[in-house]
Amino acid sequence: MNKIPALIRDEIVPAGEPWMATVTAGQMLRIVDLEGNQAVDTLFYNANDTEERYSAVDTIRGQRRIYLTIGSVLRSNLGASMLTIVEDTCGRHDTLGGACSAESNTVRYALDKRYMHSCRDNFLLALAHYNHGLCKRDLPSNINFFMNVPVTPEGGLEFADGISAPGRYVQLRAQMDVLVLISNCPQLNNPCNAYNPTPIQILIWAAG
Amino acid sequence: MTSTSHHATPELWAETLRPGEHWSGVLRRGTSLRMTALEPRANVAALMYNYESLPERYSLADTLKAQHTAFLTAGCACYSDMGRILCSITADSCGWHDTICGLSDAAMVAAKFGASRFQEQRNDYFKNGRDSVLNELGKYGLGKRDLIANINFFSRVTADDAGALHFDEQHCHAGDYVELRFEMHTLLVLSTCPHPLDPDTQYRPRPVALRAWFSGPAPREDACRQRCEENARGFRNTEMMFLA
Repeated sequence: MNKIPALIRDEIVPAGEPWMATVTAGQMLRIVDLEGNQAVDTLFYNANDTEERYSAVDTIRGQRRIYLTIGSVLRSNLGASMLTIVEDTCGRHDTLGGACSAESNTVRYALDKRYMHSCRDNFLLALAHYNHGLCKRDLPSNINFFMNVPVTPEGGLEFADGISAPGRYVQLRAQMDVLVLISNCPQLNNPCNAYNPTPIQILIWAAG
Repeated sequence: MTSTSHHATPELWAETLRPGEHWSGVLRRGTSLRMTALEPRANVAALMYNYESLPERYSLADTLKAQHTAFLTAGCACYSDMGRILCSITADSCGWHDTICGLSDAAMVAAKFGASRFQEQRNDYFKNGRDSVLNELGKYGLGKRDLIANINFFSRVTADDAGALHFDEQHCHAGDYVELRFEMHTLLVLSTCPHPLDPDTQYRPRPVALRAWFSGPAPREDACRQRCEENARGFRNTEMMFLA
């Protein structure tokens, strides 16, 4: 009989905060949108060689499709398979919209929005405290789990109302040892968090 | 939109990129660059960095979401990840430039076109986009960490309602051009390798002509600045770096 994999981590990430952990090859990572329509900005690095990291364009190119869902292979800047999405009760996730920042908020909304907390500030601070030499150079375009950024055949792009709902989750199997960097998005200026950032739950299971 | 001023002002330099060639250079604020496809179905992969502070670089996401577009054309600004504009697109004869499909790599090129080495083919050996730009990035102390999402000038790839991508084989014609006006001192890295989703079964990169002149940065009345309120703020943020 197959052994049921052990749950080795079960944590809540409050709204607007960063989170980092290592997930080793074969382990499962589940991110739960506890209250619905919460964008979860996420980057992955090869834990054994962080110059290799998630690449949105390599992932899009590899699957010839812009949205992420079950079966999507998350690829690195070197083209390697880092993780695979194995379960998805939301249905679609974004990797074009990037992470909000103080600077991009000044462009997108108003010059006086600079003070607002942002995903890229979360990323930068988490990397600064991580003490392994990672910095702004190491922030490529990320994944936004649970975020809805439809692209039209004419090339239009917008941040639309979310298609997620309370309790929906996405689950990934690591194909290599990965360092996970998350910002539980604090954006208040667009519908990516339904104008109300909320906590998420993160679960990790041992390799089955 | 047609060319603005490039016939009236003296040329700074001009050169032709051979098929498959990789190139890098610094384009100062106020310099304009015209890239011209010398044959149909050209592709120019481009990466951009603030030459005065290399951690500031082209941002696919910030460029697209500021302008509510999934592609680039005349009137668009190419944003850095610091809320500033590296360059604006002042003229464009083909109407669509891809920025979401990335680069080819060695494994893809070998699988599509077969093995090809310098030893047998000398300088006509098959290049791939990723190694081409890594070659150029290394000259500035940059490397794999700096492999950002690039622009693929002259290529059009559309997404259908399900998000599936479709490469337009008829998009780029001989003589098509695009003009970039640099709004900050920019390290520009180019490769003329074929687009990664070009279904051509033969390795056929195309030559592209470059021509640079001094245009000055964006004037007060400017189509890129006035495209949307976001761009007005992006230019304001950029100009703050260059106040005397």
